[in-house]
Amino acid sequence: MKITEKEVRYVADLANLALTDDEIRRYCGDLDEILVYAEKLNEVDTSQVEPMAQVLYQAEETATLRADAVAPSFSAEVALAPAPQPGAGHFKVPKVVER
Amino acid sequence: MKDNVKTLTIDSIRQGLCAKSFSAEELARAALEAAEKENDTYRAFLHFSPERALQAARRVDAQIARGEPIGPLAGVPVAVKDVIVTRGLKTTCGSRILENYVPPYDATAVERLEQAGGVIIGKTNCDEFAMGSSTENSGYFPTRNPAALDRVPGGSSGGSAAAVAAGQAVVALGSDTGGSIRQPASFCGVVGVLPTYGRVSRYGLVAFASSLDHIGPFARTVQDAARSLGVIAGRDPADSTSAGAPVPDYAAALDGKIDGLRVGVPREYFGSGLDSEVGDRIQRAVDLFGKLGCKVQSVGMPHTDHAIACYYIICTAEASANLARYDGVRYTTRSSQAETLAGMYRRTRGEGFGAEVKRRIILGTYVLSAGYYDAYYLKAQKVRTLVARDFTDAFREVDAILTPVSPFPAFKLGEKMADPLEMYLSDIYTITGSLAGICGASVPCGRTSAGLPVGLQILCNHFDESRMFRLAHAFEQAGGFGQSRL
Repeated sequence: MKITEKEVRYVADLANLALTDDEIRRYCGDLDEILVYAEKLNEVDTSQVEPMAQVLYQAEETATLRADAVAPSFSAEVALAPAPQPGAGHFKVPKVVER
Repeated sequence: MKDNVKTLTIDSIRQGLCAKSFSAEELARAALEAAEKENDTYRAFLHFSPERALQAARRVDAQIARGEPIGPLAGVPVAVKDVIVTRGLKTTCGSRILENYVPPYDATAVERLEQAGGVIIGKTNCDEFAMGSSTENSGYFPTRNPAALDRVPGGSSGGSAAAVAAGQAVVALGSDTGGSIRQPASFCGVVGVLPTYGRVSRYGLVAFASSLDHIGPFARTVQDAARSLGVIAGRDPADSTSAGAPVPDYAAALDGKIDGLRVGVPREYFGSGLDSEVGDRIQRAVDLFGKLGCKVQSVGMPHTDHAIACYYIICTAEASANLARYDGVRYTTRSSQAETLAGMYRRTRGEGFGAEVKRRIILGTYVLSAGYYDAYYLKAQKVRTLVARDFTDAFREVDAILTPVSPFPAFKLGEKMADPLEMYLSDIYTITGSLAGICGASVPCGRTSAGLPVGLQILCNHFDESRMFRLAHAFEQAGGFGQSRL
């Protein structure tokens, strides 16, 4: 076994994902199968290989920088429109701090 | 008019509009009517956009009436995968968590299509957040393959492929992370293009795996695919990963001159697991390129066998980060159960995401977590370098690489849902090119004895789309597509 139900619970917690006990069991089995398969990667000698951090690394280093200029952006009203609970120009969420 | 919709091309629409045989509005109405009527059969569309389509069509008609020049896609009915945002038009990503999401902006590719005169008739079904190979992971309903209604259209851009195959749209946009344009194109018997990484702006493509995501076109002919890519390609200041390289006139490359080009056939792609009929159609296609004057040679891609494991670690790691934003604060859906902030995050995500998305978030979070990062994620990034190097080496010897798109033709609905790893393994031929960031196309190359379409993959080097289209077009014109069209 590469992964236990306890680890699946821990990882689901890191990912802010509520899972049922059934889901934990199912994903534990699925992930175990996938992680066992991923062991294949250890057959490859990568001791002299750099990780691929950029897909097209021949681009100039500064190619992605733009002038720091003010440009139009969405109004708060437009940006808040898809929110489940907008209010007073903000996103409303359940109470975080108890008085 | 109605009888024509299914066989129209970009050129024949232009001719019809200029000769006043029909107006853009008439065409838009006919296309919408047919697509809406047929949606019970194919289920390619999640929602339609009649108002937006008619507005776009009327703009084209007004240009014609004023004698102004019309855009390269004037009046062309277009379908857009529902992971690409459209201002004022629902964009669900095939997910219940975005059931009512109406974006406040257009993706750059959408904006460019409409500026070119394209008429967006609706948004197409897909696997949830583009995660899947059959469109069965849609949070709404599965799509049916127009070539065989009891079979999947492939995925994740299954709705876009089906809409083009069924003649509901002339062109469609899809997204491809590990094969999500090429594989459904092959299953449905249409042309599907993966442009080079950075060739098309991803601004407005809802992110799945950012180092692998691409937008690309579907069409029924190579020429229409080439013209569509020409419209959407090019640098976009809103996407810092879009490339500044000039966009050539892809359609001008369709001159049939492929004599003397060197095409490679990777030995590693024809092993066990490849359906014998698919293998036979691919071999015939390779032979046809030989008859057309190409030099066919065998090439080695030694890291092919490790590509799937590499891909599924990298894409899930990136997905776990990209999907963190769906937390019940900003995007439409929030669990009604939650009393605390943390509980709201957890329940919203637990209730809103489907099974495959949750599976990938957990796997991705795991491979990035403390203690496992080096063993999985970093290792996979190193293997990715080697997979990409296989292509760099191969393209020193050949101009293009020919492979199958999928090991088998379209499978039956429900057939492969039980085993996630088996579904992942079927992505083997498309994933390598995705990891390398090169361009590729799936073109029809005949059908199996049961009548199921088979696709040939033509892979070319970074920014070598012109050569890829030239080869695909020559193959199409020489009859390589076989009886692929409906």
